[in-house]
Parts: sequence; C-alpha cells; structure tokens
Amino acid sequence: MIEYQLDTDGVATLTWNVSDRPMNVLNQASIAAFTEAVERAINDQNVKGVIVTSSRPEFVAGGDLDLIRDIRDVQQSMECSGPISRILRRLETSKKPFVAAINGSALGGGLEICLACHHRIVADDPNIQLGLPEVTIGLLPAAGGTQRLPRMIGIKKALPYLLEGRKADPAKALEAGIVDAMVPSTELLSRARAWLLSAPAEAVTKPWDRKDFRFPGGAPQSPGSIQIFFGASGSLLTKTQGNYPAPEAILACVYDGCQVDIDTGLKIEQRQFARLATSPSTKNMIRILFYDMNDANRLAGRPKEVPKRSFKKIAILGAGMMGAGLAHVASMAGLEVVLLDVSKDAAEKGKAYGAKILEGQVARGRISESVRDTALGRVVPTTNYADLSDCDLVIEAVFEDRAIKAEVTRKAEAEIRDDAIFASNTSTLPIGGLATVSKRPARFVGMHFFSPAEKMPLVEIIRGAGTSDETIAEALDFAKRIRKTPIVVNDCPSFYANRAFAMYPYEAMTMLAEGVNPNLIENAGRMTAMPMPPLALIDEVSVELLYKAMKQARADQGNSYQTQPQDTILITMVEQLKRLGRKTGRGFYDYPSDGGRKLWTGLADHFPLATRQPNVEEVRERLMYSQSLEAARCVAEGIVSVRDADIGSLLGWGFPSFLGGVLGQIDTVGLPRMIAACDRLAEQMPERYAVPQILRDMAASGRTFH
Amino acid sequence: MNDAFILDAVRTPRGKGRASGALHEVGPARLAAQTLLALKERNGFSPDQIADVILGCGEPSLEQASDIAKAATFAAGFAEVPGAQLNRFCGSGLEACNFASAMIIAGQAELMIAGGVESMSRVPMFAGGGAWVTDPQITIPNRIVPQGVSADLIATLYGFTRSDVDTYAAQSQHRAATAWQEGRFSRSIVPVCDVNGLTILDRDEHVRADTTVASLGSLEPSFQALGRQMGFDGMALQRYPELDTIEHVHHAGNSSGIVDGASAVLIGSSTAADRLGVKPRARVRTFGTVGSEPTIMLTGPIPATEAVLKRAGMSVRDIDLFECNEAFAAVVLRFIQALNIPLDKVNVNGGAIAMGHPLGATGAMLLGTVLDELERRDLSTGLVTLCIGGGMGIAMIIERV
Repeated sequence: MIEYQLDTDGVATLTWNVSDRPMNVLNQASIAAFTEAVERAINDQNVKGVIVTSSRPEFVAGGDLDLIRDIRDVQQSMECSGPISRILRRLETSKKPFVAAINGSALGGGLEICLACHHRIVADDPNIQLGLPEVTIGLLPAAGGTQRLPRMIGIKKALPYLLEGRKADPAKALEAGIVDAMVPSTELLSRARAWLLSAPAEAVTKPWDRKDFRFPGGAPQSPGSIQIFFGASGSLLTKTQGNYPAPEAILACVYDGCQVDIDTGLKIEQRQFARLATSPSTKNMIRILFYDMNDANRLAGRPKEVPKRSFKKIAILGAGMMGAGLAHVASMAGLEVVLLDVSKDAAEKGKAYGAKILEGQVARGRISESVRDTALGRVVPTTNYADLSDCDLVIEAVFEDRAIKAEVTRKAEAEIRDDAIFASNTSTLPIGGLATVSKRPARFVGMHFFSPAEKMPLVEIIRGAGTSDETIAEALDFAKRIRKTPIVVNDCPSFYANRAFAMYPYEAMTMLAEGVNPNLIENAGRMTAMPMPPLALIDEVSVELLYKAMKQARADQGNSYQTQPQDTILITMVEQLKRLGRKTGRGFYDYPSDGGRKLWTGLADHFPLATRQPNVEEVRERLMYSQSLEAARCVAEGIVSVRDADIGSLLGWGFPSFLGGVLGQIDTVGLPRMIAACDRLAEQMPERYAVPQILRDMAASGRTFH
Repeated sequence: MNDAFILDAVRTPRGKGRASGALHEVGPARLAAQTLLALKERNGFSPDQIADVILGCGEPSLEQASDIAKAATFAAGFAEVPGAQLNRFCGSGLEACNFASAMIIAGQAELMIAGGVESMSRVPMFAGGGAWVTDPQITIPNRIVPQGVSADLIATLYGFTRSDVDTYAAQSQHRAATAWQEGRFSRSIVPVCDVNGLTILDRDEHVRADTTVASLGSLEPSFQALGRQMGFDGMALQRYPELDTIEHVHHAGNSSGIVDGASAVLIGSSTAADRLGVKPRARVRTFGTVGSEPTIMLTGPIPATEAVLKRAGMSVRDIDLFECNEAFAAVVLRFIQALNIPLDKVNVNGGAIAMGHPLGATGAMLLGTVLDELERRDLSTGLVTLCIGGGMGIAMIIERV
C-alpha cells in the first residue's frame, strides 16, 4: 500500500500504491500504512530525508468517501479525521526533511500531504491537477489544508482554492506558491533526492513554527484581512443563500485557526469538519453527487442480460439547435454523424453550429486544431435518407409536430438496418403516440436531451409501451458513449423532468395570481438555491412558450381540461399585455439596454397585491414542496425510479444538491412536516397539494427514500 | 433614589478626521483632557471630588486602547481620579452619561464626569478588528452588512428618495451654519489649544454652509459597489425579501462626517451641586438602551425612544426638542416618520451630517447641544437618541430644572 525503500544515501522513498482501490485514496488502511511508514522513516537513524510519491498515474486523489459516508456522529468523525491530521503534523515537525514528489494529480487529502512536506516538486505535466475540492461535496480539507495553505500563500490567495475548490495545473500552482518547483517528469525523483541531500538545516522548520513568523498578507485581524473576511461573508452568502454550510465552515477555520498556533488551528479544523461530516446537507451532497451519479453513469440497473452495444455511426434528423448540438456532442465522442435536414443549407448550418463551438475551444486553448478538424470531419451534412443505411442509431430532433415526426419516422425506417434504434428527441409528445407510425415499435425509444445539448448533462430515456428492454439497454449504452448521464422514464405527458420541474414556475405564477408580492416570490426563489428565481426563469424560457403549451393542453384535452391556477397569468401576460419574455425584452421583468433586469413595475396594476402577505418561508415551501410532490407522484405511478428522480432533478433543472435532489428534499425536511404543510395548502389547492398515498404510507411506517 | 442632575456639559469643536484635519495633531487622551479641565475650571471642583470618569470610545484600539479614560485623567492631571472606558459604538458617549446617572441615582456616587472621545484621524474605524464584523460565524448567520447598506435599506424600505435624503442633508448644513453664526454653541464649545495655550481649533471644521440639494446631487452613492458587487445587498434582501433591490442613496454628503472630537458632562446629585455651589441645569428623567434587528441595524432610536418615554410616563408630544444622531439622513427621516415628530423639533441646530460624528464622543455632545437649545428657547424637555452598530439604540430624556 505504501512501499518503503531506503537507499545508501539515507533517502527513504514512500510510494503510494493503494492497489485495492481504483485510485490512491486516503482511507483507514492507507492512512495506517502511511503512518507506519512515516514513523519508520522518522525513527530510523539511517534515514536522512524522505521522498513521498506515488507509483500510480495520480499522486493521491483524496479521501475515500466510503469512510466519510459511514461517519455517524461527531465523535466518530474526530476519530476518523484525526490520524491523518496528526501524522502530517508529526512529519512536519520531525526535523527530518520530507519532500513531496508530485507525479500526478494531488487532490484533497493528497494535496494536504504535499502541503505538510517541507518541499514540493511537481512534474511539469499540464494534466496534473492540484486542489482542495472538498467544498464541492460539502466538506472541508481536514488534514491541515485550511491551516497550511493560508499560512503559505496568504488568506486572500488561499480562499478561492478553499471556498470554491479551484484547481491549479503545475504552472499555476508554482506561480501561486503552492509548490516550490516544477521539473520534467523524468527528473522528478532525482530532483527530489537532490533537494533532500542539500536541504538547508532551517528547511525542516516550517515558517509558522518559527518565532519570527509573519503571516503572509496579514493575519486575520490585520486591516487587509478584516476587509477580506467581511467581504467574503457577503459574496459567499449571496451565492449560497445560507444553504451550504461547507464554505461557511471553511471560512470559520481560516478565521479562527489562523489567529492561533497551527496545532490549535488543526484542532479547530477537525471540529468544523465533524460538523460538516455529520450534517444532513453534506450527507445529501455526497450521496447524490458521488454515489448516485456514479451509479447512473455506470448504468447500474441496466438490464444485464442485454449485451453491451457499441456505436460507430449515428444520424440526427433535423439540424436545428438541438440536432446540431447533438451532432457536435456525438462527434466529440468519436462517432460518425449523419446530420440530415430538408435542405443542404439547413444541414450545413447545423454543422456550422458545432464548428463555432470548436472554434471557441481552439481560441481558448482547450483543444488543438487537429482535434477540431477530426471532430468536424466526422459530421456529414446531408438531405439524403439513404445515408442512414449503415447507422446504429437515428435520433430525430425535428419540430414538435406529430405529422412531421411521423413523416421522418417513415422515411428513416425505410432505410435503416433492422437492428438500428430509432429515437425521438421529443420533449412533450408521448412516445406511445409517436411509435404508432413505426414499423418496429420495439426499436422505437424516446431520448429527451436538454437544451443546449452540448452543455446539459442529462438525457431522459423514455420507454414507450412497445419499447423493448434491449432497446432501453442500448439507449443507455449510447448515453454513456456520449458521456451523458441517463435516467430511464416511462412514457407519460411531459415525461418526468419537465413535469416535476414545471411546478416551480407554475407555483410562482399561482402565487402571483393570489396577490403575493412578486419580490417575495423571486427572493424566496433565490433563497431556495434553485439556479434562477422562478419569474426570471419563465422570462428566460419565454412566457409565450408556457402559454402555448397551456393552449395545446387545452386543445388536446378538450372539455376534460381542468383550468390551472397559473393559466390566468399566462393569458393576461400574453394576450392582454404582450409581455412574452426575455427575448422580446419584456416579461415579468424589464430588460433595460444597459443589461440587468428589474421586475416590471406594472405587475402590481394587473396582479394587485393582497393585503396579507405570506412569510418568505411559506413561499419557499410552496416553490419547493410542489416539485417534490409531483416527483413523488411520478414514482408512485411507476414513471421513474427514486435514484433517477433525484439525478434527473439535479442535472435536468438544477435542483439543489444540499437537499439531495427532489426526493432527497422529502427525507431532509421530514415526511411529517412536509405532509402537514401540504395538507394545509391542499385546503386551497386540493389537486396540486394532494399528498400521494405512497408518502402517507412511508410516513406511517417511518420509511424514507434514501 | 436620588435624582441625577446635569451640572454642565462641554465639547471640543470637531476637526476633520484626516491627516489634514486641525485636530490630527492632538492625541485622544490629551483631546479628552481638555474637556475635563474645562469642566474643572468652569465648576470649581477639585479632582478628588470626582468619583469616576467614564468615557465612551467607539474604537478602543491602538492609541485609544487600554482605557482611554484613565489616560485622559493622567493627561488632565487628575492622576488619582479613576477612569473607565466604555464602548457601545456610536452610543458610547451617551451610554457613559447613562451609567454615570445610574451611579448618582443609585446613591453610589455624588459627582461623576461622563463623556467620550474619538480621534478618527488617528485611530480609524475597525483599526482593531473585532469579531462582530470579521468572524464569519457571527457575520454570516446574523446577516451583518456595512452600515451604509443598512442606511440605504432604510431609505428603500420606507420610501426615502435620493432627493429626500439630500434635502435633509442640506438642511442640516444650513441649520448648523445658522447655529454657529448665532453663537448657539458658545456655551458648550471648548477651543482645543496646543501645549503653549495657542488655539488649534475653535469651530467645527466639517460644516459646509454653501451646500445645496443640487450640489449634493452630483455625489456618487458610496455603498452601491459594496452592496451590489460584494453581495451585501443580496444578504440584506434575505432579511427583507419583500424588496426587489436596494436603492443606494447615501453618500459622503448625506452621511455623518468622519471627525475628531471629545465631550464631557458633569453629572451629580443635588448635594454635590450644593457643595460646588453650582445650579443644576437639568434633571435626568429616564434613559436606556435597546437591541434591534441587526441587518437594518440603524432603526434602534425608535424603540429606544419609545422605551424611555414609557418609563417616564411621557409621550412624544411631551418632548420639546429631539436630538437624533445624523449617522445617515435616512436614520433621522425614519425616526421622525415612525414616531410622527415634526421636523422643526428635531436636530434644530444641525447634526453629524454637517458637523461630523466622532463616534464615542457624539452622544454626550448631543446632550449638551439639546440642553443649550432648551435654555436658549426656554423650553423644558429634551430627548437624545442615537442609532448604534450591530442593531442597538440608546436614548435619554432630560428636563430643565
């Protein structure tokens, strides 16, 4: 696990190789092995200096989340995080020089090992990442990261690494002072040895262990730092709205810990870590961002009996923004893509969309020109259906019009191979209906991508009534192939993501219709940590689009259509006020030409404020609980699994990770509290707040989703 | 219980709180000492009659650290008089008077000096740090924003426009200029002198008599960048979600000036007054301090005033003159709006917008100002109140005797 080698010059090399895990990680076993190796080196009088390195591509990738997942109480957390923190302090004060020879990425605990060493040398490979990303999963660097980094590079420079989890490549890390030297990989170990053999005596005493230590950039109570801390509180809180405790805890560690000696600072860090490790929000984040995401990405739950399908060539029908985006994504994944549209121009335009994205990436130095050219070369624009004959998969991304979709389905099916999958990228039309024109409904599936396809990571794989398990399994294989995260959804109007997410804007408009102050609605929306306040979001997707969807539903359902509470807002906004949304510069907001947005002052004239206003907590509950109820209904109806419901909410519409996804929220809030709130709201809105039986049953038996 | 009487009140003129300000050359201990010596000279006490000197100081760090009141007694030659420094931020000077009054009323002292000192040019605000503005475990959960953002929040919440606050500010300047012209401060002002007795400053240095609403109109808002770019507006909106945005209306011209100054009030029992042969100028009726919502921070004068009125069995109409510290224009506008007080009873000789706000000294200065004016107009009751950082308010009611 930790290889120990001593050479004749007295240089001991400690080499990380946690062979029973996919990567070098810090867990109980590896920490124990590292501790033993460090002690051995310190205690062996023949050892003059120590190199810490790794024989894997990475240096050390961080803490093993299994370890953290299993922490149940704060005492256990202290016992869990203490040993690594202590052994690092031990090596730091051992009076023997330790050098980190950073051969690959050092993240989280991996970088903290390096920070504890007396000297850091990194290989000059630009793919190496150095950083402390703990904050992104609701944790903090608990092996001295919050204490050593500010003492090394100053509070101001350290905060972005700690609070945002910013990562640096070797060159940036050198510039920032995180490492001391950058050398060619081949020379890494020899340079490390050379440093050890010539290290000056004072190198084994860290600056903060010397009497004359001056805090770089000023200690926390210096005038400059006061500004930093006060300022950080404002920007941090505006970002997190107080929902994410990790950055607050990190700031607390830096503030408290940097006013005292480092040993005391390390104790403070352990205590703050324990607070996070046991907090529901961190547990939620680790579960959804790590475990659930991993399961979804490795297609856990895919029918095992179906052999894995490989894809070489696909076709996209319709070269609009969605089709063009998909073509780009597929070509970047190494697939050949036929991009078909009614005219050569339209098809070429679709290809140009991808070209523009690639151009931007070349300009920013993200990809080389040859990568761009290869990717572009794989996309073949066409108008000829015969080009579909050797494709593994066809995705139609044409207008949301049943007749047009039927036509392209027939034309494509006339050309494609028997084993090819035909997928419809519809966002609204049920797959069962579209599949009726198909000659081969078992091979007909929905693949609902989100726009813009090159950015949005989610795809809903929609199972129509006739779709075979084999097709579902292969559609999942395809999603993985193009690095999208798939969820499997059974056919129903709007499918899963749009159906549950719609409650957020719907409930906002419902409250507006009730006379709730729109500022209150928007600020409550901000406080939920959803990506955008709801009325601003409606403007963004366009008021008119929601209006048209409502008209379509009315037309489809005829007399059985039940008027929704938000309908009146949509009708007034579109028919009477002609405020269609962001694109037209007028929606719930005004969009002045100098940028920014401001709620339209005329709203109050058309949607008068009620004399009694709810408190912001109630508004927030309505915006959030309505989504969870709809998601729970989807689960009850067998539309989607629990894991996929949460993953879909996270990736599809940015549901906050601290709640663990849309069903995670139900667990987090607690069923009794949530049911009581919904029952109260159901007195006014019996349908929207009807609590599905599944939740009442779960509450009765004390069950939770996770 | 005894009555506490105000026997005398003095203050220094206020110098601009920067290196070019006249009082920058005078250290805070010596600045305060001049007010102590003036009280001695005017009232003829011997230092051993003084039970204690309590001085407010809003930034008790650096040169003002480690009990500035004891330093002031040394500088005044009152070497064997005790001194206590007190910090309630902007309420410090009045709090010193409250505490001194309480000692007299409780019968635990006969004669006290209370006041305050602040050399803002030598000891800048927050020079010493402080947990309530730096510790993220305090600032974040309590939604602490810069005071200027709080003042702008008051203006937004209660509908004071830029023109409203500028109009008020211009009036403060004009009232202060008139008061100086007519010598209305002459009873209180103690010129600050150098080691040789030469006068360094004998007038408030910060007043700009030529200020107009139009001239103020050209000033850029001071707290917009803090609010919008550093996220403090967002923080405030979490507490006031009924608002869309915060209108940033305050600037250097309608906020209190940064100045240097000191004040001292002689407070005693009737026995002490008799012993000195001094006629008490006013009786202390009621006083007190309250806490208020910390994000808006500066609305404390309203509940503080309500509390002291209630304790005195009085109503707003029973008060002849008010001094409500002009920390920011909107603080005073909200105060008179909430309590329905006519503007011609409030800050009739201008305030901190014109003359400046030497944090720890201001409270006791206002006490002298209102007392001088009550005497000049031959009125009876005055109320002094100040908003205080962190969400506090302080008030005292006095009555001429």
